[in-house]
Amino acid sequence: MTSKPVNFFKSIPLWVKVLGGVALAALLIALPIVYPKSYVMGVMCRIFMYMILAGSLNVINGYSGQFNIGHAGFYCIGAYTEAILATKLGLSFWIALPLGGVMAALIGLLVATPTLKLRGTYLAIVTLGFSEIIRLVALNWEGLTGGPIGIKGIPAPVFFGFKVTRSIHYYYIFLALAALFFFVTYRVINSRVGRAWMSIREDELAARSLGVETRFYKATNFMYGAFWAGIAGAAFAPYFKFIASDMFSLDEGFNILSMVIIGGQGTLLGPMVGSVIVNFLTEFLRPISQYRLVVYALLIIAMMWLRPQGLVGASNSILAAKKIGGKTGRGKRGALAPAGGK
Amino acid sequence: MATILEARDVCQYFGGLKAVEKVNMKIEEGDIFGVIGPNGAGKTTFFNICSGIFKPTAGEIIFRGEPITGLLTEKIARKGMARTFQNIQLFKYMTVLENVKIGFHIRTRTTMLSALLRSKRYSEDEKFATEKAAEILERVGLSEFRDTLASNLPYGIQRKVEIARALALDPKILLLDEPAAGMNPSETQELSDFVKKLNAGGLTIVVIEHDMKFVMNTCNRILVLNFGQKICEGTPDVVRDDRNVNEAYFGKGLVVGEGYNNA
Ligand SMILES: Nc1ncnc2c1ncn2[C@@H]1O[C@H](COP(=O)(O)OP(=O)(O)OP(=O)(O)O)[C@@H](O)[C@H]1O
Ligand SMILES: [Mg+2]
Repeated sequence: MTSKPVNFFKSIPLWVKVLGGVALAALLIALPIVYPKSYVMGVMCRIFMYMILAGSLNVINGYSGQFNIGHAGFYCIGAYTEAILATKLGLSFWIALPLGGVMAALIGLLVATPTLKLRGTYLAIVTLGFSEIIRLVALNWEGLTGGPIGIKGIPAPVFFGFKVTRSIHYYYIFLALAALFFFVTYRVINSRVGRAWMSIREDELAARSLGVETRFYKATNFMYGAFWAGIAGAAFAPYFKFIASDMFSLDEGFNILSMVIIGGQGTLLGPMVGSVIVNFLTEFLRPISQYRLVVYALLIIAMMWLRPQGLVGASNSILAAKKIGGKTGRGKRGALAPAGGK
Repeated sequence: MATILEARDVCQYFGGLKAVEKVNMKIEEGDIFGVIGPNGAGKTTFFNICSGIFKPTAGEIIFRGEPITGLLTEKIARKGMARTFQNIQLFKYMTVLENVKIGFHIRTRTTMLSALLRSKRYSEDEKFATEKAAEILERVGLSEFRDTLASNLPYGIQRKVEIARALALDPKILLLDEPAAGMNPSETQELSDFVKKLNAGGLTIVVIEHDMKFVMNTCNRILVLNFGQKICEGTPDVVRDDRNVNEAYFGKGLVVGEGYNNA
């Protein structure tokens, strides 16, 4: 039995990682200066925003093994919270942004609490329903949300007296938020809290037998994911200047979910890669946009078959299975012989 | 010696099935306590009641002088009870070291905020968990598998990892559900020695096992269940010669004690 490194990324020497990280950061910071085309900036803004959305969904689905399908609902809450606070109360973006996250987290707690004792499938159904309910509330509560017209003229953030209006400016806001998300999540995942989340994903009963308060950790995990979806929404609202309920449909939820699955659940990098790929696909497939979801579906089916762990995932796929000690990747059922000899 | 774990008239019914029926049991501190019985006798169910996975239909569990009946599993773990599972429940896609580190959950206190700020608590906890986990792996003889995925290990080693993980809780009592299942005779012997060593270090151990040789050689007291009921309790010698036990295992008419030689 060889001790094989679990994670490919852990086997890369530190200096390569640091150098790679610095180079990537420099490239991302310099991109708008060398290539400030507004179309490109717009695509990049979307990519960064979806990195937060997919990344935060991955914290829920990939790390704690809960199943949230309605992530668009939290995205919606964040966006509306910011838009309402900014347009009705004239609150600064920098205050409305975290409040969007907090609001999404609180509602996340409300959604998750009744299902904490139940199996994952119930949560999936509840989140699906929740996402639709939020959209319908946004559509029908005309006094607050503008109803079918939505909210227009969401004011631009002001940064030390400087009005953030162009996508090249938003590029830096989204980049900073995505970087912050990545940094914070990395730290939380690689700690006792992250391990508790993962233990729930792997085996909830075993986790409980080790004293992990699974209900508490499932709830905080769900809130953490919802919080960042809210942040993404709150940043999106002034960027797009206009929001309406149909931007946060179930389709949007599936869109985020597909990024997580394509990139790889349960890895930090996976959803980032997924976001890049899906957003590029969206751009390329614009001429046949009505078939876009079909392409995603085919891609997801292919992924399930070839690399169920996603592009970046490190666990075993049906193709990689043979390489590991000659065993099939998934559990060795054969070895679970009837216990004891009587 | 004081009683550490006690069951009073514990019953567990699944619909009409009486999986555990009016079982009384007293485990003294420092015991290696065996629980045996034919398949389906209710042994695992009894463990599940003790560790809080099931709330018993009736009866009471008292752990270190305190009733714990119906308490959440994670609360009971915190009070000093650790266990392993009959059908190995490791964190499959995590390494052996990570598995054991999770066992330190209740002995560390890092919160999301201290993880985020990489506070002193965080670095102390990480150091503590990593060092102690490595220490336990050394003690159990698993150091070489430290970075191997749990699911890639052979069955016998996985059982050891599960014990190592349970030891990370620094429990007062350790419940082992068929730890020798899937082990060959020499591994079983090794396990017996290891259990005795742990016990000598002050840990009370309760063990369900079908391997009679293991039970008779390792345990100082034994509880025998059959169809959910206690049919005998006592030292290995008493159990070995008990007529009810022999009937339960080998049917009526067999010469008392004979069957064990073939078991
Ligand atoms: N969750 C459950 N729901 C319904 N019936 C159950 C449940 N758990 C156990 N049983 C039943 O209770 C009885 C006792 O099962 P248990 O697993 O405790 O036996 P055991 O003594 O551990 O047997 P083995 O030696 O095969 O492990 C069996 O008839 C089993 O089918
Ligand atoms: Mg059993």
